[in-house]
Amino acid sequence: MSMTRDSILKVENLQTFFKTRTGLFKAVDGVSFDLQRGKTLCVVGESGSGKSVTARSILQIVDKPGKIAGGAIWLNRADGTTVDLAKLDPRGEEIRRVRGREIAMIFQEPMSSLSPVHRIGEQIGEALRIHFGTPKAERRERVLDLLRQVEIPRPETAIDRYTFEFSGGMRQRVMIAMALACNPQVLIADEPTTALDVTTQAEILDLIKRLQQSHGMAVLFITHDMGVVAEIADEVLVMYRGRVMEHGSVDAVFHAPKDDYTKRLIGSVVRLEHKAEIRLKRADIAADAPPLLDVRNMSLTFPSGLKAVDDVSLIVRPGETLGIVGESGSGKTTMGRCLLRIYDPQAGEINYRRADGSSIDLRLADKPQLKELRREVRMIFQDPVGSLSPRKTVGQIIAEPLKLAGMRGAELDDRVAELMQQVGLEPAWRERYPHAFSGGQRQRIGIARAIAVKPRLIVADEATSALDVSLRSQVLDLMMKLQDELGLSYVFISHDMSVIRYMCDRVAVMYRGRIVEAGDTDQVVNRPTHDYTRALLSAIPHPDPRDRRIQNRFRYVAPTVPANG
Amino acid sequence: MLRYIARRLVFAIPTLLAVSIIAFIIIQLPPGDYLTTLMADWASQGGAVEAGTVAAMRERYGLDQPMYFQYYKWMAGILLHGDFGISFELGKPVTELIWSRLGFSLMLSLLTLCFVWAVAIPIGILSAVRQYSISDYAATFLAFFFLAVPDFLMALGAMYVMSVWFGQSVGGLFSPDYVDAPWSFAKLLDLANHVWLPVIVIGLGSLAALVRIMRANLLDELSKPYVTTARAKGMSEFELLIRYPVRLALNPLISTLGWILPAVISGEIIVSVVMSLPTTGPLLLRALLAQDMYLAGSLILLISVLTIIGTLISDILLAMTDPRIRLT
Repeated sequence: MSMTRDSILKVENLQTFFKTRTGLFKAVDGVSFDLQRGKTLCVVGESGSGKSVTARSILQIVDKPGKIAGGAIWLNRADGTTVDLAKLDPRGEEIRRVRGREIAMIFQEPMSSLSPVHRIGEQIGEALRIHFGTPKAERRERVLDLLRQVEIPRPETAIDRYTFEFSGGMRQRVMIAMALACNPQVLIADEPTTALDVTTQAEILDLIKRLQQSHGMAVLFITHDMGVVAEIADEVLVMYRGRVMEHGSVDAVFHAPKDDYTKRLIGSVVRLEHKAEIRLKRADIAADAPPLLDVRNMSLTFPSGLKAVDDVSLIVRPGETLGIVGESGSGKTTMGRCLLRIYDPQAGEINYRRADGSSIDLRLADKPQLKELRREVRMIFQDPVGSLSPRKTVGQIIAEPLKLAGMRGAELDDRVAELMQQVGLEPAWRERYPHAFSGGQRQRIGIARAIAVKPRLIVADEATSALDVSLRSQVLDLMMKLQDELGLSYVFISHDMSVIRYMCDRVAVMYRGRIVEAGDTDQVVNRPTHDYTRALLSAIPHPDPRDRRIQNRFRYVAPTVPANG
Repeated sequence: MLRYIARRLVFAIPTLLAVSIIAFIIIQLPPGDYLTTLMADWASQGGAVEAGTVAAMRERYGLDQPMYFQYYKWMAGILLHGDFGISFELGKPVTELIWSRLGFSLMLSLLTLCFVWAVAIPIGILSAVRQYSISDYAATFLAFFFLAVPDFLMALGAMYVMSVWFGQSVGGLFSPDYVDAPWSFAKLLDLANHVWLPVIVIGLGSLAALVRIMRANLLDELSKPYVTTARAKGMSEFELLIRYPVRLALNPLISTLGWILPAVISGEIIVSVVMSLPTTGPLLLRALLAQDMYLAGSLILLISVLTIIGTLISDILLAMTDPRIRLT
């Protein structure tokens, strides 16, 4: 076994298998890499590629029935000795001494990865108690110090709070503080920014980088986003179905990729750098066409006093996509729901032009009118898992709005089959349940359901945020294809400027309930006038390691103290 | 937190009022009243009563007045003077009859609750952690078995086994020597010797339900990501189990207190009749049979009050253990 001085962890031919009823599933099959002090290795791949299992194998915390079946994981310890982690008993004391002390880990979902009923100070300090038996008072001091390092405001009060009192980005900072508690040599980060906004993601990536430099840690970073890889990696390992497809320096992987799969992954991010071809080719929508939706001075204040939507005016023309962009808490989702009257805005007008040319104010529409109008204005949701009933077959889910519209029998069956084909699903799969489909396919089911009753306007709320980058452009392409075929208009809500840039004709930027900038997408993207827009744009990871932008990004600071907190 | 408790307390008041009305209506539901039952008894013994006497008695007991007025008089008595009315049959104030028995009922219920929790939690944990093992299947089988056997049958069976095979004195809470004796250490010891059998018999039915709930809760929690996080910190498996998933799985269990308590109390009534325990159970049965309305009504009311207090306690406990609830 040869190891250079700076090598901390060396994985050789790692195999992790899951014994299932249908046979042996090789989640990780022959993966090798090594981690250097102060360097970042990114493991990249789509969901199901085995990248997470690789990370978990190192600490032997693979979920049952997964087991390390072969290979070695050499850890070079601070005292000069070396140990093979793969040989240790997963429940034994030896591996426990490594976990959290020499190798620490952070996870994707900071909410569910932290206990909701324990104070964060307690959870952060726990590793100190376990590994060093640090007394309580000293532990508290150290936790406060850690909270300062991860830049959580007012650490003295934050330490006694619970996770649900923090925002997503702050929760991830808590996770990082927890991982740093024992000054580990290696930090494993398993998709730590996937559940976050683009701007929050940029901040967390920044923080990890800085802490890595000050602590001299090796970082193993798991992600599906090639843009993130380009921003932070020193070395890249591309995985597909448990195997390594390509391994090399970040520059080599991006600028001279050898493997087709790598090229495809890079391609899917690079595509989102520009406007979609299908949109470049299309003739512009006449600026004087009578708008389908004309919202004027709409406002909504929640009973808590939070002004979620503040004097919003916008128009959507027939056949057009209007993008609404902003970070979480900007009120964009609430605004979208007001359009369907899921929430009732207190002021303003929502003028909707019906097919016969007459206009109706959705804000004042009564129940029977709304029932009819909700056939014309429909919604696609973010979470493709939560928004499909697990107890209904795909055929039943898509048929639901049709049945409500009174369709029955053979006509209904034919229509469902037609819809499934339209969104790129096999009609033969209609008897299957949602869990049998991948994330991208589930979102297609959601789209089929939305277009079933031939709507005219679709409000898509973060429709692609839960998907891998490689699937994102596919779903967006599908939505644009359907738009052209069916003459649909979209209100496309997203926190990600890159998807907005890819498919929207016009865009409105929301910040704290207000629209701070609106205009043609090209103009807003290339010549933003508002600083907040500039901040959003500069937070998008740039898929070129030779031009790293996140660290020099533009940060927006609100001019006044926010009332909404 | 204090505001939360205050709000819960305020909510308890209308519930109590509704319970008292329902209790009173239930007592009135069977056709006739105490006097009709009494007349029927006398008639069956060959005696005849003049119609005038009945009318006079009805007036004396206030039974000729409309129902809402009788309810008003009863409630006013309770609230203003702590007077629960008079037992027709025994001719004594209800208060005098029930306090000592209510004490035993309360003691029996609390002991049963403690027993059920103390046994159900470890068994539930064991069968969740060792899911689909022999011990899990055994616990599951026994749980469903005891869930299916009615209380009275269990009481009879337990009494038979204990007295015939082990020669224990069963029935009642004391040996004959101690029933009327003043309280002493020896009497307490005697009580301890007797009380465990009814506690087990009453508890077994609820025990089964709690084991199943604990197992299901814990199985949900065991696969949560925060368990992996704790494991990645280097915590030992046992400490991890107790500190995280078990701690969270207990929360839904605490809220079961609200319905376990009524189950225990109604179980206690039936078992007490079979095992002739000096609790409210046999008294209530007798009062209901005789249509002794103030006695029966007061008993039902007090038992319901205990249940509402139990629910209140479970709400407060839940708020103490789960910070997410305190917020709302």
